[in-house]
Amino acid sequence: MAKIIGGITTSHIPAIGVAIDKGLEDTPYYRDLFAIYPPIRQWLNEEKPDIAVLFYNDHGLEMWLDKKPTFAIGCAPKYENADEGWGIKPIPPVTGETELSWHIVNHLIENDFDPTVCQDIKVDHGATVPMTLLWPNHSYQGIKVIPVAINCERHPMPKPSRSYAFGKAIGDAIRCWERDAKVVLLGTGGLSHQLDGPRAGILNGDFDNYCMDKLVSDPQELCKFSNVDLIEKGGAQMVELAMWLAMRGALGEGIPEERLRNYVSPISNTGVGVQLLIPEE
Amino acid sequence: MTDYKMKPVEGTIHFDGAQATKGFNFNKMCFSFNNEDARQAFLADPEAYMEKFELSEEFKQALRDKDLNKLLELGGSIYYMAKLAGIFGWNMQVIGGMQSGRTTEEFQAYLDSQGRGKTTNG
Repeated sequence: MAKIIGGITTSHIPAIGVAIDKGLEDTPYYRDLFAIYPPIRQWLNEEKPDIAVLFYNDHGLEMWLDKKPTFAIGCAPKYENADEGWGIKPIPPVTGETELSWHIVNHLIENDFDPTVCQDIKVDHGATVPMTLLWPNHSYQGIKVIPVAINCERHPMPKPSRSYAFGKAIGDAIRCWERDAKVVLLGTGGLSHQLDGPRAGILNGDFDNYCMDKLVSDPQELCKFSNVDLIEKGGAQMVELAMWLAMRGALGEGIPEERLRNYVSPISNTGVGVQLLIPEE
Repeated sequence: MTDYKMKPVEGTIHFDGAQATKGFNFNKMCFSFNNEDARQAFLADPEAYMEKFELSEEFKQALRDKDLNKLLELGGSIYYMAKLAGIFGWNMQVIGGMQSGRTTEEFQAYLDSQGRGKTTNG
């Protein structure tokens, strides 16, 4: 049977991708942020997951306003990425895992979630920046990826409780897949930031750390927030907590071990949190 | 009736169905800027490019003025407006300053005042 071996939360800020392109990892501005990734990569190298289920949000590359899915699952054999308009370099395509993708889709619909099913999508920096951070120099060829997109762009967006439940259903699907495979979950985006309007630049380190604490010990507390609550506390794009909650839902109900944590603020306009969570046996 | 009205948050325009409707053509134009040829076409003749996407005069003027808050008010989405950054050579700190009435340096200082030093590691 498939086994979920861990969950990783990480930012996907484009500026981080640009910093990697320019070799700025060891400069004073970025050093504290990048310091957390070598131990996470070491864990990945030791555990060697076969598949990564990657929760992200599309920022207007593939899922534009003309057809904007609330929840979408990639069922493709590979995923390309592309120019997004402001200079981050595309990376080689990532390989998909269609069999598990379809298993998840079938399981979800049997269990009353009805996602959009995507057999041909490009993924944006929401997916490629985490891939580059975790498998640098395009070293992700040994791992298959299933991208799962959550709308964080246009209201109405799924409620935090619903993203958690969606993730939980995906976790249940993975755990009942009759293949021996090690699966790692990636929850990307966040934490506090607001890019738009006169309130642009708001950060809330205390709330970010509260969210990281509760993500481990009591994610139901975070499910009590509405999206507007998150916007008030952590800015308009704090709603990206959706992907963290989906990851945590998929990880299972027991309290995981928090193996690693890092929080640096600001990177670009964002409070950046990173965690490695290991589920209960 | 279900109450889905979002609570107002100061200094923030919730990008909802009403905004997405008003801003559709503008956001569609910005979406086109994923493509380098489109960016070059805009730079070569912004007026013709805006006309091609049937932007209202209000939208055109706000873009001529680079008035980002006005563009948001009219229905622009920051996700698509971010694609203007590649065209005009902005980054998110420049955009943040333009929207919050600060220079880029002042905006960076505002960010730092809330965050730098709050690093936890382990």
